[in-house]
Amino acid sequence: MADTSAASAVLTTTPAGLYCPAGDFHIDPTRGAARALVTHGHSDHARAGSGKVLATDATLAIMRARLGPDFAGATQAVRYGETVAIGDARATFFPAGHVLGSAQILIEAHGRRVVVSGDYKRAPDPTCAPFEPIRCDAFVSEATFGLPVFRHPPAADEVAKLLTSLRVFPERTHVVGAYSLGKAQRLLALLLEAGWDRPVYVHGAMESMIALYRAHGVSMIETRHVTAADKPRLAGEIVICPPSAASDLWLRKMPDPLVAFASGWMRVRARARQRGVELPLVVSDHADWPELCATVKETGCAELWVTHGAEEALVHWAQTQGLAARPLHMIGFGDEDERETVDAETQA
Amino acid sequence: MNRFAHLLDRLSYQPARNGKLRLMTDYFRHTADPERGYALASLTGGLSFRHAKPALIRDLVAERADPALFALSYDFVGDLSETVALLWTPLEAPGSSHPPPLLSDVVEALASAGRNDLRRLLTGWLDALDETGRWALLKLITGALRVGVSARLARAAVAELGGVEVDSVEQVWHGLTPPYLPLFAWLEGRAERPSAVDPAPFRPAMLAQPLDEKAFDALDPREFCAEWKWDGIRLQVSAGRDRNGGRLLRLYSRTGEETTAAFPDLADALGAIEANDFALDGELLVLRDKRVQSFATLQQRLNRKTVTAKLVADYPAHLRAYDIIALDDEDLRALPFVERRARLEQFVRRARCRRLDLSPLVAFSDWPSLAAARADPSAAGAGEDGAAVEGVMLKRRDSIYVAGRPTGPWFKWKRDPFNVDAVLMYAQRGHGKRSSFYSDYTFGVWRAGADGDELVPVGKAYFGFTDEELARIDRFVRNNTVDRFGPVRVVAHGVDKGLVFEIAFEGLNRSTRHKSGVAMRFPRIARIRWDKPAREADRIESLEALLPRPDG
Repeated sequence: MADTSAASAVLTTTPAGLYCPAGDFHIDPTRGAARALVTHGHSDHARAGSGKVLATDATLAIMRARLGPDFAGATQAVRYGETVAIGDARATFFPAGHVLGSAQILIEAHGRRVVVSGDYKRAPDPTCAPFEPIRCDAFVSEATFGLPVFRHPPAADEVAKLLTSLRVFPERTHVVGAYSLGKAQRLLALLLEAGWDRPVYVHGAMESMIALYRAHGVSMIETRHVTAADKPRLAGEIVICPPSAASDLWLRKMPDPLVAFASGWMRVRARARQRGVELPLVVSDHADWPELCATVKETGCAELWVTHGAEEALVHWAQTQGLAARPLHMIGFGDEDERETVDAETQA
Repeated sequence: MNRFAHLLDRLSYQPARNGKLRLMTDYFRHTADPERGYALASLTGGLSFRHAKPALIRDLVAERADPALFALSYDFVGDLSETVALLWTPLEAPGSSHPPPLLSDVVEALASAGRNDLRRLLTGWLDALDETGRWALLKLITGALRVGVSARLARAAVAELGGVEVDSVEQVWHGLTPPYLPLFAWLEGRAERPSAVDPAPFRPAMLAQPLDEKAFDALDPREFCAEWKWDGIRLQVSAGRDRNGGRLLRLYSRTGEETTAAFPDLADALGAIEANDFALDGELLVLRDKRVQSFATLQQRLNRKTVTAKLVADYPAHLRAYDIIALDDEDLRALPFVERRARLEQFVRRARCRRLDLSPLVAFSDWPSLAAARADPSAAGAGEDGAAVEGVMLKRRDSIYVAGRPTGPWFKWKRDPFNVDAVLMYAQRGHGKRSSFYSDYTFGVWRAGADGDELVPVGKAYFGFTDEELARIDRFVRNNTVDRFGPVRVVAHGVDKGLVFEIAFEGLNRSTRHKSGVAMRFPRIARIRWDKPAREADRIESLEALLPRPDG
């Protein structure tokens, strides 16, 4: 698909990930690169060791907090809507609605417009700027939840499920596993909106990102750090912790823990049961199937590349819509809910 | 339908009995009539309508979904109904034109629906419901809720609504029909208790305490009668007359679940007995040529969706009676055991029913002679049925029949359990209070493999240890994990490594579902053998020697 492909004219795939020859930069490189444009702060997209990193101010702050002050040789903050000329290419960052600071990147080169989505969602999220569809010739999309079985319900309904459970089981500690960047803060903001009138207890590993969100002006419910002395007194309280902690030693001494997990994967019963989750909450920071399909259409693209996830189904659908579509089978990208568990369990 | 769907959803993830109870009580408290009544009916198996076959559901989804996308989705989800519930794309957004159906709409429409209506009804409902609603609808309509709730438990949840005992609900239950308006009115204090009009009611069963052998010193053998404890299923027969004088007979499990439909042969035979009304307590057994068959054979009659003529002919059900608790308008429960026993013997003799006989008394003069009978039932009167005896029952001669498990009047003295030394192979986290503990253990025994001896799993146990022991096993599991799959850890096991459990169990059946070919009954951890090397654990051959002979 060499000559007619807009995407191929602008981007190539290299061992380090997507690369734009016209601007001599990588997007979300999986290893250090000379120049990296980073869509958002999750660890599979934002890695240390690049010479120069261009990202939104919030993403740079997240990288600094998680990777240390020397995560890159140099950094350049880019505002949403701002266009940066790099070599023979121009890059513009637009909100992706995934987590605080997340961006999709429009790249213009050789008269073609290609949008790299990074991770994104269309559902409202009080913690980040909403996704804007950008017209383009080629769209490079994620497909984490790229199967028609994934239709995420309104997140507020899932939070209501949590509050109902607290009413029915007021003597149990409600422990919600949530990824520490994005999901946790979204839950805290949703609990504020839902009118939960008590502070929420959080695992120590979540505090720095919560503080960073607050510093960026995100309104969330009051939080308290869980101390060992608190644990026996947490009956009827909400505790938010990384998914791996939600099912392990950390729970000990909490009164009759009821384990919840906030993730798009909770849509599938076998997934929830496999984890021993008692209260699955279908809350996802990724586009669901209808959002993926709608977004592809709204971009007006003639060509679709799918970076990671359930690529086969989305590619199949795009082809039935008359689009040129191909899976990139990119290694090293995934869903943060799943990955954090694996990482933490391997360390444990 | 949505509230009910959410209840089923929550129940399906809730492993604990008390948790299920709370979810149901909360639902009954916050849901209006008649919806909650139909929910109660569906949880207690009280609805009857034409069920949809999986083929119809496949057909429906084929009309809506791209086959390639459906195949990819089914592959990922793994369950047909769930896949359909999740990927069903309504023609319009849910709720946009048709409001979602109420459970009562669904139940009422299904009750009068013919085969050809089903497809149209189902399509309309699937369009109007959300994912959870569609999932619940498909469960309801294919006839298998499978949320781990027994009818008794659902009734216990309703009882809690009114702060009454579940038996108080049981007593009026069979006179009621969905959506149980008088029942809810009574439980909410808006009306009198419905009158117990059921002519064949369940009478809460009397249960025995396990006998602590140290207690013998305090017991006088002259005050007790002894019976064999049969390895069957406890069954209560309750017979009366309906309004027109016809026979009404029900079979109940120990917990009051009605099981009449599963044993039509037994119900017909007992129903022909000439008595106005009666209630017997006894053991359900399968007899062939007057010989009691093994529990494994009896199991062939249990949990069947349909009872075929062949099943009935191959596994004829039989009642071996040991108590009579009502006869001819008389409640016999207040009589002493010996008087009831005399009435029972007379009743069985006069009944002349080939599916009914008497569980004999075991003769004994002192505790050592009873111990000898228990050790060798065949020689002590059980004859060829000795293998179907799993111990003896002791009943005080003066014991009246009371509900529950009172201390003192009845004891069960079971045959000593079987024991096997097995090696811990896999451990899984528990739930609730045990959610941070590896508390469910799969264990195995040695067998000859292609590359020398190997361990093969033979069972799973999750009790029989103290909290301190659990903490210690949990540490062992964490320190000896060699691999993990989701919540399951593979614990190091082999010739020179591994933890040995002494497993106690009640019996062994052949099983085609287990790699080892055997399935244990009621396994639990008797002792933790921290001292014993894994290579000294038992071999599969010693288990196979315990298997009942294969029956034709």
